[in-house]
Amino acid sequence: MSMLTFEKKYRVRGGTLLGGDLFDFWIGPFWVGFFGVTTLFFASLGTGLLIYGAAMGPTWNIWQINIAPPDLSYGLGLAPLMEGGLWQIITICATLAFASWAMRQVELSRKLGMGLHIPFAFSFAVLAYVTLVIVRPVLLGAWGHGFPYGILSHLDWVSNVGYQFLHFHYNPAHMIAVTFFFTTAMALSMHGSLILMATDPREGETVKTGEHENTFFRDDIGYSIGALGIHRLGVFVAISAAFWSAVCIVISGPFWTRGWPEWWNWWLELPVWY
Amino acid sequence: MKIINMKWFASAAVLGAALLSGCDIPPQETVQRGYRGTGMEAVYSPEVLADLVAANQVPEAIPAVSSDGPKAGDIYQNVQVLGHLSVGEFTRLMAAITEWVSPEQGCNYCHVAGEGFETDTLYTKKVSRVMIAMTQNANENWGAHVGGAGVTCYTCHRGNNVPEYVWNIGVPPRHASGMVHQMQNVAHQESNAYASLPFDPFTRYLLEDNAARVAGDTALPTGHESTIESTEYVYSLMMHYSDALGVNCTHCHNSRAFAAWDQSNSERVKAWHGQQMVKEMNNAYINPTNQWLPAYRQGALGDAQKVNCATCHQGAYQPLLGANMLADYPNLSRLAPAEEPAAAMEETTEMESASLDNGSTSGEAH
Repeated sequence: MSMLTFEKKYRVRGGTLLGGDLFDFWIGPFWVGFFGVTTLFFASLGTGLLIYGAAMGPTWNIWQINIAPPDLSYGLGLAPLMEGGLWQIITICATLAFASWAMRQVELSRKLGMGLHIPFAFSFAVLAYVTLVIVRPVLLGAWGHGFPYGILSHLDWVSNVGYQFLHFHYNPAHMIAVTFFFTTAMALSMHGSLILMATDPREGETVKTGEHENTFFRDDIGYSIGALGIHRLGVFVAISAAFWSAVCIVISGPFWTRGWPEWWNWWLELPVWY
Repeated sequence: MKIINMKWFASAAVLGAALLSGCDIPPQETVQRGYRGTGMEAVYSPEVLADLVAANQVPEAIPAVSSDGPKAGDIYQNVQVLGHLSVGEFTRLMAAITEWVSPEQGCNYCHVAGEGFETDTLYTKKVSRVMIAMTQNANENWGAHVGGAGVTCYTCHRGNNVPEYVWNIGVPPRHASGMVHQMQNVAHQESNAYASLPFDPFTRYLLEDNAARVAGDTALPTGHESTIESTEYVYSLMMHYSDALGVNCTHCHNSRAFAAWDQSNSERVKAWHGQQMVKEMNNAYINPTNQWLPAYRQGALGDAQKVNCATCHQGAYQPLLGANMLADYPNLSRLAPAEEPAAAMEETTEMESASLDNGSTSGEAH
């Protein structure tokens, strides 16, 4: 694996949270680290169990493989392996793998003397997953409320859970989350196109600078958020999308049991109208 | 600094209280409605369930009486739909109906004091005769929907002269003249569970003979065509079904394939029969009573107040949470036998033929 000449400069010891110097080395381009080992362990075990579940199941069709959570009757207890137990172990593996990956980002950030922006942002994705398969099932009192592991089966789950509340588009947190997802896509596409404009000029043209970028948006919408600002905005809209996704599902069931359209009656029933 | 903190704390407390007051607080009751992991579940707040149980208590039955002895039709005059009952049964049923429908007004809600019980002076008496036949017909011929528990007058009336949940043909609210109102996007409509969907799905699907069927049954578009409008009407009807029964869409459907019967719960079959039954009730029984109804019992278009799912269910997945009141009142379990006095038959025959017509057309349509 080739390495740029200056990269060696950044391969410094230290910064680890756990394991000390034991795993503080590189294999090719990859730094190992204690949490690298745990990530690899839990990711491999979880994936292996998914494949085992598929082998025990009725199909190898990649779309239809389905590792389902237990029946609600098991509550928050353990279920037999082939009746949801597999899902429970895979959920533990996935959670620990994702958490390990976040901690690996922390260690690398420390090693390089960086802020913890990256693990902070990544944690919101982990939070969304953990909310779906741990927090909400615990609040509702059964692991069976988690989503199944399968390409189509998890989509079917999403659809049915939406229809448990008659019309999920009336969920206020879902509205906010969807808006942030679209805004994230718009902000990224505008930022990406702006950077491509500046750094990848057509033949015969010169590379542009921040002045071009700022001027374009000042002329276009009267304001340029700036080179640093766009990244702050990007992090904000992206983590907000993940955060409100977690909120929109954790309130559906644990904190609201009726149709989401009915929730809006609080507005119609405000005493100011009478 | 401290003052600012206090203000923040107070605002946060007020906001937090406001948010929580609009919430159901965990833990909740949950019910699994399909294979594990499909997300076919119901979530109930225990407080809502407690209210539901309290609202669905069955009144104590009047002690049963013998079916022997002279028949009501032979002793009393102008007994058209209950003439085959013994005088004892007849009197007991009259007492029960009074308790169920007009506990405050008593017998005089239908009968004029001093005039004799046989006269049809009041519209209420004529309507109640039709309602009794409707109830008997539901129990005798619609076992596919009401089987197991059956229905009585109390199922709908619950001590009210007119059941709490009835509907009239929808009229648009005030809107610009010369424009057509879309009959949707009207706030606070219980008929569609408060969505922006069309607010009168009943006329199309519980009165007119339309199949509530808009979903394609193939994965790819293969010629099945439904308008967005009719799709929203059906969605609205389904919102009513859910709201009326206190259930959600997954009570009947696996939403991955709404149309597929083999992926649906058996309750969907019951609901389909219910739609046909309600259509018959509205066309063959309710609508003909409109000729006698005073204006204050009619809707804005002068139509009678009609039946939908909520009329019986009233928020429960089974009316009265499945209590079998009919067992205590078997006289309501079937229509009067055919050998009725000739005078009585005119009206019922008319109604029966109407109901048969309705049944056969809906049979063909599906």
